[in-house]
Amino acid sequence: MGKYREAAESGKFVVSGEIGPPKGTQVDDMLHHIDLLKDMVDGLNVTDNQSAVLRLGSMAVSHHIVSVGGDAIFQMTTRDRNRLALQNDLMSAHFLGIRNVLCLTGDHVSVGDHKDAREVYDFESVQLIQAVKKMNEGSDWAGNELQGSTDFYIGAVVTPESNPIEPQKAKFEKKIEAGAQFFQTQAVYDMDNFQNFMEYARGVTEGKDVKIMAGLVVLTSVGMAKYMNKFVPGVFVPDNLLEEMASVPKEEATKKGMEICARHIKLLKEKNVCDGVHVMAIGKEEIVPEILQLADLI
Amino acid sequence: MIISQQKPFEEILEALGDQEKVYLVGCGECATMTESGGENEIVDMKTRLEAAGKTVLGNDVAHATCHELDMKRIFRQSKDAAKETDAFIVFSCGAGTQSVREATDKHVIPGTNTLFLGNVKRNLQYEEKCSLCGECVLDEYGSICPVTRCAKGILNGPCGGTNNGQCEVDPDKPCAWVLIHNQLKKEDRIEQFMKIQGPKRWNAVERPGRLDARDKDEEKGAA
Ligand code: SF4
Ligand code: SF4
Repeated sequence: MGKYREAAESGKFVVSGEIGPPKGTQVDDMLHHIDLLKDMVDGLNVTDNQSAVLRLGSMAVSHHIVSVGGDAIFQMTTRDRNRLALQNDLMSAHFLGIRNVLCLTGDHVSVGDHKDAREVYDFESVQLIQAVKKMNEGSDWAGNELQGSTDFYIGAVVTPESNPIEPQKAKFEKKIEAGAQFFQTQAVYDMDNFQNFMEYARGVTEGKDVKIMAGLVVLTSVGMAKYMNKFVPGVFVPDNLLEEMASVPKEEATKKGMEICARHIKLLKEKNVCDGVHVMAIGKEEIVPEILQLADLI
Repeated sequence: MIISQQKPFEEILEALGDQEKVYLVGCGECATMTESGGENEIVDMKTRLEAAGKTVLGNDVAHATCHELDMKRIFRQSKDAAKETDAFIVFSCGAGTQSVREATDKHVIPGTNTLFLGNVKRNLQYEEKCSLCGECVLDEYGSICPVTRCAKGILNGPCGGTNNGQCEVDPDKPCAWVLIHNQLKKEDRIEQFMKIQGPKRWNAVERPGRLDARDKDEEKGAA
């Protein structure tokens, strides 16, 4: 069992960060970020060709994190691999000491940098969750017995601001039924909306050991917030935060965004809204320690 | 029907290269409807090719170009032209072009790109709704096909990218999963949405597909 799972199952308010591997082999910045964060958080997600843009591999970086004493949450999309490759990678990841996997369908290749690639989608997120569960129970997808099962903490995502929300909620429930044990949400900014969502989610997960961590993406400018409102489906930055970001000069925008993020973490923890947070600084991971300090988490 | 679109004229000329004598084949079915290979388009193509210095020895619009025996019969009838030509240019779907392939040993050039199996929305407007997966599961989804109409072929509900009911991949298209959800609600079968669906049997039809429908004893569905 990894320390992310241990923390989550102990009832602690868990904190994870995120590492986006570079495009290429220059890993100095990434290694620095891992070094900085690994002991400060319970786990570090590693993205898998995020936004369908080719990057260094998630499994290799997850393994590195584990080997230097951190805990990795291995992100896995079904976009680039069929069921043979997915299960092969799951066993390989287990062999490398990785114990958490976040099951995603993945962004479409048309938004990435290899637009003419053939997307796979042999499985999608719900089926990947099922496959991991099966492997944990000792068999592969086809029903063949494994010589030694895997032991993964099975994660999934949900988009609380999805519009319309009803089908998204239905899918969230299916992911739980399929075997998801923890969720990291798409970025949330409107805390009232999120508390409403969590009220619903707590109802669904009652009596089940399913943890839900709020996804928080640190705002670094008012432009970024507006961009997300316009172009990132399922992400909504409310007016009061747009105004707050606009109220400070440009040079102080990141600081403001960090304050907002820390304030949200505090609120979520104090009101016991959810079971933890997943903090994303999208390439600026060096600001995460300060956010955690501001939120009284370290 | 099969939706096809003419290739750019320059591309056709480039494929021809130095070859001068050509024979044009159109299709009386789908390519006529889509105006990529009907009578009008073949006549128009003849004019353009002649203006470009080519000699058009023959032009036929087959009843259905995908019918291989028909193609052979047509070429038998126009024996001399078919024999003398340097190349055939086919304005049908890719299946039709390969029927022509079966009927001659000469250079055969596709004059179109074959796009998808399409429904006719209205004249000359088409949408893909079925991708010929070999094992139809429409009834599980209110007869709205997620295999085809969800850009990611998801079988268990929307991705996080549904954008006010539109698809994140192409905002001009509705999210199939919102359509399915609405439809199942209308049918009062929303519990169907909650059913966890396994992945498709992608090899339900072994590709390339083959079927001998004369053999009525053959187990249905075995392809
Ligand atoms: S499930 Fe979809 S792709 Fe398959 S046969 Fe039915 S409509 Fe066509
Ligand atoms: S937005 Fe809807 S149709 Fe588009 S990929 Fe996502 S689930 Fe499929």
